[in-house]
Amino acid sequence: MEHIEVPVVRNILQANERLAASNRRRFQEAGIFVINLMSSPGAGKTSLLEKTIDGLAGQLRMAVIEGDIQSSHDAERIRTKGIQAVQINTEGGCHLDANMIQIAAESLDLENLDVLIIENVGNLVCPAEFDLGEHDKVMILSVTEGDDKPLKYPLMFQLSSVLVINKVDLLPYIDCDVQVIRERTRQLNGNQEIFEVSCRSGVGMDSWLEWLKKRAQRVKDQLSRRGEA
Amino acid sequence: MHELSIAQSLLEIVLEESRKHGMTKVRVIRLQVGELAAVVPDSLLFCFEMISENTAACGAIIEIETVPVVARCSQCQLLFQVENHVFVCPECQVPVMELVSGRDLSVMSVEGEREESDGAH
Ligand SMILES: Nc1nc2c(ncn2[C@@H]2O[C@H](COP(=O)(O)OP(=O)(O)O)[C@@H](O)[C@H]2O)c(=O)[nH]1
Ligand SMILES: [Mg+2]
Ligand SMILES: [Zn+2]
Repeated sequence: MEHIEVPVVRNILQANERLAASNRRRFQEAGIFVINLMSSPGAGKTSLLEKTIDGLAGQLRMAVIEGDIQSSHDAERIRTKGIQAVQINTEGGCHLDANMIQIAAESLDLENLDVLIIENVGNLVCPAEFDLGEHDKVMILSVTEGDDKPLKYPLMFQLSSVLVINKVDLLPYIDCDVQVIRERTRQLNGNQEIFEVSCRSGVGMDSWLEWLKKRAQRVKDQLSRRGEA
Repeated sequence: MHELSIAQSLLEIVLEESRKHGMTKVRVIRLQVGELAAVVPDSLLFCFEMISENTAACGAIIEIETVPVVARCSQCQLLFQVENHVFVCPECQVPVMELVSGRDLSVMSVEGEREESDGAH
């Protein structure tokens, strides 16, 4: 027996990252703007999706991939809106990965789509590590979760290009200071867009939809520029 | 418990590398884990122990080196260590997005035993 040490230097997540890159290429070529939507359970991901679908109806063609530990309840909520929704059951898994998205995307009509939103599994830790091939990570924090969350989940806040602060209709009843969330988040990610919304009352929804439309347009512009080149 | 999927990818890499080098028993696996990586070392070790049973990596020791978060300012190009998650350039006070390290999750080396080939020594 001979004792040896071999240098490796390999990223443990390389397999996922390769698949994510291939998903991203595919979405890019189809001109689809893709969002990875993340939050704790109950912060309002499905509610924001429902509001967004209503808000974009007749303007952009949307589809949804629903990640859930079990059950297809959320996908059914989305389908009643008359748009394509694919359910992924992670069977207990705490996050979606790029492979699941690749498979789910096969059952979507990508040629007739402008925006794809992926509702990740409710969790502020695990999904942050797994690139799915999205253009933007969007996270939701509901005011009932408290203003200390940026300190507890730094990676999620650092990586998300958008923070949606949801359930602002409940602010009068709880101790949560939106200004504190903003300050803590600014240190982690000074370029993050922040929208204060209520999926219940509809407050703040317009600026969120404007942002989304602008980003979707940018993906289309990139595609047509590449077509001309 | 995404540490389980991370442990699975880790095991795949370790077994692939050990096979490539004719290793029959893996003793030590050295990792670099960034301070910002959302990984709990204890759960990673636990998951790895569980899934590496009956493989060449069973019983291997995992050594983790923690990598500090280092960012680069896009204005003045200053490299600085990010402390307390403040991603702001200490010189220009502008928000900084470019991470140089801190999200690392890498296998650096694998140590173990290889059968000596006949007559080689
Ligand atoms: N008061 C209030 N409740 C909300 C709001 N948004 C969502 N909810 C409620 O929060 C619960 C969880 O919402 P859901 O969208 O299923 O969260 P998800 O688990 O992140 O998908 C539901 O009972 C929603 O009706 C809001 O803006 N205000
Ligand atoms: Mg939901
Ligand atoms: Zn600077």
